[in-house]
Amino acid sequence: MCPGCGAPTALRQAFMGIDAPVVVVGATGCLEVSTTVYPYSAWRTPFMHVAFENAGAAVSGVEAAYKAMKNKGNFKENIKFVAFGGDGGTYDIGLQSLSGALERGHDFTYICYNNQGYMNTGAQRSSATPQNASATTSPAGSVLPGKLQRAKNLTEIVAAHNIPYVAQTSLHNPMDLIMKVKRAVETPGPAFVNILVPCPLFWRIDQGDQVKLCKLAVDSKFWPVYEVENGVYSLSYTPKSEVPVEEFLKAQGRYAHLFKKGKERPDIVEHAQKEIDAEWEKLKGKCEK
Amino acid sequence: MSKPKSWRDIPPATIAWGATAREVETGLWRSMRPVLDRKKCVSCLKCWLQCPDASILTDEDGKVTAVNLFFCKGCGICAEVCPVKAISMHPESDFANDTEKHGENPGNVGEYIGS
Repeated sequence: MCPGCGAPTALRQAFMGIDAPVVVVGATGCLEVSTTVYPYSAWRTPFMHVAFENAGAAVSGVEAAYKAMKNKGNFKENIKFVAFGGDGGTYDIGLQSLSGALERGHDFTYICYNNQGYMNTGAQRSSATPQNASATTSPAGSVLPGKLQRAKNLTEIVAAHNIPYVAQTSLHNPMDLIMKVKRAVETPGPAFVNILVPCPLFWRIDQGDQVKLCKLAVDSKFWPVYEVENGVYSLSYTPKSEVPVEEFLKAQGRYAHLFKKGKERPDIVEHAQKEIDAEWEKLKGKCEK
Repeated sequence: MSKPKSWRDIPPATIAWGATAREVETGLWRSMRPVLDRKKCVSCLKCWLQCPDASILTDEDGKVTAVNLFFCKGCGICAEVCPVKAISMHPESDFANDTEKHGENPGNVGEYIGS
């Protein structure tokens, strides 16, 4: 892992919430390639590496095999199943297998560490990359201000599967992250946790700033922290003093083109603020019901 | 099954031993070194929670004792999150003449997984 990467922090915190013996399935991504460099492994659990597109399918297969063995009496222990994927392997390439696994109702937890792009291959845009961010395949230039499309709201897409537990969290608040993973793992049936993880390389931030950036993202309502339990929405955190999204954008190099001297784009920042406020109101409406 | 003696002993397409990444000295990448001031430290463990490399060492009472420089990549997150500023970052060149050994290889504690 690069120095200052948020993924290992998120992973360490997530595992603090898991007590039972666990089998891990990892989709291809930064986390997988850097923790299982042949012939080394950083995992002290059984670990299965699968391709980008089939972490959901692989974890359901492992879980089904375990259930069958348990029914035959070959197995007595209670084992939990966790799949890890980055946003590339979850939002984009692995969405079909994840959706299938959620629909079939396997007892597993899917944890997405979301750094908002394909970092392993050099900061390409993914469907999790927010609008106007400059990525290598959607660079900001004299004509275009970075990525044109809006980011996909995967947490909502997963919640639409009507699974028992869906949560969105960020690593700056370890207690929230740990408790959410704990609940997700302990919930029978499929569960999904989406964790915001800064990538110093892509976000172009200082190595030591991941916690600050996550806090800014949550306080500016850019990344709301909430959970959906059996269809009931609840906000885990409402910012006490709201921060304008401009501060969050300004702190990162991938939005530097919006604040370039002489070429400032206040219209884009204003538009982003409006969209974030609208999304927040929508979410709040769901939580009050 | 014992530890492999050569690559021929490694089973194909699998990594058979868990936690072998402990043998890799990622501390060699470091350009900034965290220095812990034990007098200021209140052992709130915020650095321990946020350290990506699990390099904050603690004793049985949960008190922060040191930074394991074998793994620490010097990202500075610990210094950033410290509420009492007990950790400061110094360029590695300051320690060029330092012969004292900092951090050590915890060795292969991996267990063979499977049969």
